[in-house]
Amino acid sequence: MSVAGIFETTQYLTFKLEDEVFALDISKVREVLDFTTVTKVPRTPDFMRGVINLRGSVVPVVDMRLKFGMEATEKTVNTCIIITEISLDGETTVLGALADSVQEVIDLEPDQIEPPPRIGTRLKTEFIKGMGKRDDRFLMILDIDTVFSADELSLVQGTEPVLTQT
Amino acid sequence: MTDKHIAAYKEEAYELLADLESSLMELEESPDDTELIGRVFRAMHTIKGSGAMFGFDDIAAFTHEVETAFDKVRNGTVRVTSGLIDVTLRARDRIRSMLDASETGEGADKAEADEIIAALRKLVASGDVSPEAETLPVPKNVKKKPTEARGPVTYRIRFRPDREIFSTGTNPLPLLQELREMGDCRVIAHTDAVPMLEEIDPEGCYTCWDIILTTDKGTNAVRDVFIFIEDSCSLNIDEIDKKELSNEEAHKRLGDILIERGDLSEQDLRKALGKQRRIGELLVEEGVVDERQIESALAEQKHVKEAREKRQGAEASQTIRVPSDRLDALVNLVGELVTVQARLSQTSASSSDAGLLSIAEEVERLTGELRDNTMSLRMLPIGTTFSKFRRLVRDLSAELGREVEMTTDGAETELDKTVIEKLNDPLVHLIRNSIDHGIEPPDVREAADKPRKGTIHLSAEHSGANVLISIRDDGAGLDAGEIRAKAVERGLIAPDAELHEKEIFSLILAPGFSTAKKVTSVSGRGVGMDVVKKAIDSLRGTIDISSTRGAGTTMTLRLPLTLAIIEGLLVEIGTEFFIFPLSAVEECVELTAAESAVSSGGHLAHVRGQIVPYIRLREQFSIGGSRPPIEQIVIVGLDGQKIGFVVDNVVGEHQTVIKTLGKVYQDIEGISGATILGDGTVALILDIPKLFVAVERQATV
Repeated sequence: MSVAGIFETTQYLTFKLEDEVFALDISKVREVLDFTTVTKVPRTPDFMRGVINLRGSVVPVVDMRLKFGMEATEKTVNTCIIITEISLDGETTVLGALADSVQEVIDLEPDQIEPPPRIGTRLKTEFIKGMGKRDDRFLMILDIDTVFSADELSLVQGTEPVLTQT
Repeated sequence: MTDKHIAAYKEEAYELLADLESSLMELEESPDDTELIGRVFRAMHTIKGSGAMFGFDDIAAFTHEVETAFDKVRNGTVRVTSGLIDVTLRARDRIRSMLDASETGEGADKAEADEIIAALRKLVASGDVSPEAETLPVPKNVKKKPTEARGPVTYRIRFRPDREIFSTGTNPLPLLQELREMGDCRVIAHTDAVPMLEEIDPEGCYTCWDIILTTDKGTNAVRDVFIFIEDSCSLNIDEIDKKELSNEEAHKRLGDILIERGDLSEQDLRKALGKQRRIGELLVEEGVVDERQIESALAEQKHVKEAREKRQGAEASQTIRVPSDRLDALVNLVGELVTVQARLSQTSASSSDAGLLSIAEEVERLTGELRDNTMSLRMLPIGTTFSKFRRLVRDLSAELGREVEMTTDGAETELDKTVIEKLNDPLVHLIRNSIDHGIEPPDVREAADKPRKGTIHLSAEHSGANVLISIRDDGAGLDAGEIRAKAVERGLIAPDAELHEKEIFSLILAPGFSTAKKVTSVSGRGVGMDVVKKAIDSLRGTIDISSTRGAGTTMTLRLPLTLAIIEGLLVEIGTEFFIFPLSAVEECVELTAAESAVSSGGHLAHVRGQIVPYIRLREQFSIGGSRPPIEQIVIVGLDGQKIGFVVDNVVGEHQTVIKTLGKVYQDIEGISGATILGDGTVALILDIPKLFVAVERQATV
């Protein structure tokens, strides 16, 4: 059984959050950086880690572990920032995703991908494009546009505890 | 014909159309201004001529009709009426849509064009009975009615075509023929530039001409002959005073003419004349005049010549056209340079190399100048936008049955190009609102003891690093009660909320709010003011509304001068860096632990006898760590009052290249952007007014 919208062999970048392996369509990934200093923007939710200086441009960084309800990312030697290009309200936006480690780039045939199960993952199903099978392990292929969709990020606007009004 | 040429034609045509529009609007105010009529005519003529050249035959044919009509206006046979302006404006829009259509490949609506032409002909015919103009099929050689006796004028025309002129398909000879037909004409060809046969380029033009033409046509008519090749030749048309001709005694001497033409230098002339004992010396010898008088006459001659040369030089070098993306690239590069320069200054300051330090200072100074100059390149006067609104006001007031006059002030105020572009839509909306909701119909106005004609006043002025643009109307004003009732009805405020008048007015900026009782085609659908607010917010500006019931409303937009680089004050809190826009900062004072303990919780500081409330940014931004024993208060001026912001340490001035935080962080209150410091860390730029509003709101809840 194949997943709608995936018809040909596609390359995926796999990365780890805690012990789970996730995958991203490689066409969405611009580059992978080592962890650098992140400047926190005040009055924003915790999963918005802040902004970094990417060769002269300011790029927001999201802590994927916090976003997916795990513990905050601890900095290790493997911690890295995956710079993605997502489309937000029709505009292409560059966004960094903080991950514990980046694994490899793999090819997946359409028949190696199954639709996401309705239950059994701790992520919202709409975040997952499909489940890839590889060496008897499952990896979750993320629909990164949805993860970072305007609605999801607009949490930023609603969670200003100091400013909540009557 | 390449696409490049066609694109260039279109660009030129769009520009001419914009110019045409403003000329027409001005013409309506002063219908007898021949200069303006000439401008309209020339714009039409160029659109037509180049249109035919680049294959826009429909545009050429249509514009020809309009041009024919304006030719009659120019000749004084038809008078400028508001009817004519109306039709011409419609024709202008038509040409525009034809140009647009050629881009999208859609067929143009022929019926509308015919209708406009018919209307034009009717108007023109009522002033001029001659039918010939209507049937002339050829655009060129439009026969002109002899003008009223202006008397013949003599022109000296120096026509020097560029060498490559033949390659564009131009033949200069018919032009000379056209001149000959205009009146008494003498043509002198200069062939001294023609090289030897071996070196000659058979496709090059080596000849230039001097033409003396006596005609009763104006300078414009003479210039029109060369209109298509103005860019590929050097052309001087000088009017030789007609008095000189009528007075035979005072005709110019050969030497004078040669000097005036620049064929002979004054020294050469004197040398030559010295050999043959010139008239001046003879006169001196005779004792009729003295040498001084001769010298002064020669000096006068020279002066006139120099003045003329200077004038021509100035005209030639006034403007240069640059595609705006190149300019943007330059601004980006300067931005990068400023960042690098900051790094250099930081590095050199921490080293003990005096040589390096002085170089760094030099670079800092140069970078600052470069930045200012580059920014000023992007500055445009807002006047062009204002004049566009004249048309809008005119059309809207006709559509809505209002009588409205628009006045402007400060059109020369300069703003960043991007700001002006983004300002257009919000301003259109505000003006629409003023006409639709603000200014009452003429009868109502009269009943209220106001002049029938309403006024909309647009003004722009500088105020520090900001520009204030205000739209003032003398209409009905805002009804605070009605706005309040509506806001309660829509659930925007609680029924018992206590609000200032200003706060009530600002409710109209909320999404989905509209006080118009009925929906018109213009406004009242409740999408509008919130869109305006969004657009102004995106420019880091604010909107201020003040209104008096029955007397009118004023909307004031406060906008930053530029979006790219500002002067900032760099401060430190814990390990984080923040930037205050320097334009807002008034002073910095110390706050010791003892002082802050005295005011015990009440955040008030005494600065030279004045009480200044302060805000601890560390608390506001929930930054951890402990406060240093001596903190700094950055005091900023905000709407006339002083507010202090407490930070750990003031680092110093910083040239701030503004980077947006992007869509993700677009609604963060109090932070307007970020910048990159010399060592690569990111500092956040504070948005003082918004930050203060947020804090104030939090305090009143």
